[in-house]
Amino acid sequence: MGEFMIKQDQWIMGIETSCDETAVAIIKNGREIAANIVASQIESHKRFGGVVPEIASRHHVEQITIVLEEALKQAGITYSGLSAIAVTEGPGLVGALLIGVNAAKAIAFAHGIPLVGVHHIAGHIYANRLVEEMQFPLLSLVVSGGHTELVYMKEHGHFEVIGETRDDAAGEAYDKVARILDLPYPGGPHIDRLAHEGKPSIKLPRAWLEEGSYDFSFSGLKSAVINTVHNAEQRGKKIVPEDLAASFQQSVIDVLVTKTERAVEEYKVKQLLLAGGVAANKGLRSALEDKFAQNPEIKLTIPPLSLCTDNAAMIGAAGSILFEKGHQSGLDLNGNPGLDITIHNYK
Amino acid sequence: MKVLSIDTSNYPLGVALLDEEKVIGEYITNVKKNHSIRVMPAIDMLMNDCDVKPADLDKIVVAKGPGSYTGVRIGVTIAKTLAWTLNKPLVGISSLEIFAASAGRYFNGVIAPLFDARRGQIYTGLYQYKEGSLVSLLKDQLLLSKDWAAKLSEQNEKVLFIGNDLPIHRAVLEETLKNQAIFAALTEHNPRPAELALLGRDREGEEIHSFVPNYIRLAEAEANWLEVKKEKKL
Ligand SMILES: [Zn+2]
Repeated sequence: MGEFMIKQDQWIMGIETSCDETAVAIIKNGREIAANIVASQIESHKRFGGVVPEIASRHHVEQITIVLEEALKQAGITYSGLSAIAVTEGPGLVGALLIGVNAAKAIAFAHGIPLVGVHHIAGHIYANRLVEEMQFPLLSLVVSGGHTELVYMKEHGHFEVIGETRDDAAGEAYDKVARILDLPYPGGPHIDRLAHEGKPSIKLPRAWLEEGSYDFSFSGLKSAVINTVHNAEQRGKKIVPEDLAASFQQSVIDVLVTKTERAVEEYKVKQLLLAGGVAANKGLRSALEDKFAQNPEIKLTIPPLSLCTDNAAMIGAAGSILFEKGHQSGLDLNGNPGLDITIHNYK
Repeated sequence: MKVLSIDTSNYPLGVALLDEEKVIGEYITNVKKNHSIRVMPAIDMLMNDCDVKPADLDKIVVAKGPGSYTGVRIGVTIAKTLAWTLNKPLVGISSLEIFAASAGRYFNGVIAPLFDARRGQIYTGLYQYKEGSLVSLLKDQLLLSKDWAAKLSEQNEKVLFIGNDLPIHRAVLEETLKNQAIFAALTEHNPRPAELALLGRDREGEEIHSFVPNYIRLAEAEANWLEVKKEKKL
């Protein structure tokens, strides 16, 4: 009898509210997107020049059931068809996380569906599995507004952070430099655009840290940019914004790509993934493509823009593997702003 | 008709089940602990003990604020998601009204529930039982407790004050109101979730998607932004 059992499809609902996007997705068998709804609050936060946590939390409450309903409608399934509900447990803004977590718990309780708490970065990494099946061991470069990390994975659901930022995330540095250049929030895309129009002619530092370290540091670079602008002002000279953007971007990319390249060699990985919102950066994409696309030993995967920025499809994709590995959360699941990705490793 | 009520708007965590004319279960704690961790397990335990399945519920009633922003949001998120996912009506009740209902039913006078909002301020409102039902005399608001006392001294009736934060404001209130002020006993300072369920039982369900807490206050960043915008226009 047993050998004739039909493997049923696995359907995971993903919920993500860690920052300023209210997102719900439905993922089939870990890799197929049946629904992917994102309600962005960016227009609301623009007037403040950054995400205001209290306002983000308020918007999540306004949006959550609307987004849930849209996702179910788009996927054309009902609760009885869901295998599990995956939700971002952390890290992120605590008040924002709590909306997704409590909505997820309410649905799980109402319909008796298993619940899986997911680390936000595990989600970013698993966004890649919606594009291409993963090949282990792999290395993931995670770059976003809140994170700059190199994560090594020997197998599914097992995460090892081999390097991370010691101060600002790369995305934060982008936003700060954008502010110095009077560019609107969020600054990343504007710097990227300007950088392509300028020349990296201004000398800026690269923080390599101790020999062999895979950690990052961007606060020194940020200060150097500020000093460069001030010094120019004092001497009555005008800095060409395009050149400053190009020089800044070049400095960030040099460090990211060089450290990634070294880790790829040392860990002998088969695949390199780019994850997180800064993966949308054209400069970073093309630098990685130049380095790795011709290398037959390693597969480079960069997901499309819609899967790089915060979304719930990635949470569903990570949740799919974690659920398969036996991870489940109780109704006492909480939002945890300082969650460590290695919590997923125990099984 | 089974009603589930949820109140997490302040330190007290309250969950109750009302079945027709009977309160079949009630759970209250008043400790400084994380609501997000504890509410769903409390609902789960109470419903299990009372043999009520989620699908058996006919209505969800929630305390919609004012109160702690995060606290109110936890209760409202759970209530609105439950109501939406189970396709049941949702009713929101003022967190202050629950206090009034909990301690003032047999009081001949007006009822002023309150909680502390820091820097001498309180969230409060004025309620009264008229022919057995609770009516709102002055809407829920945020003001200094000394201004509230002055406003109430114009009333010709005794005022019953309720709330766990009374010790912070009692002296200020007494100074102005003297023996016009009556203070509830300590066993009456926790809002009863069963009263919340009863208040919501006969009210009509609200639009679920657009249901949000009554924060009373704008988020600080928003208030500042509006202020700057106004100044620029002048
Ligand atoms: Zn992210």
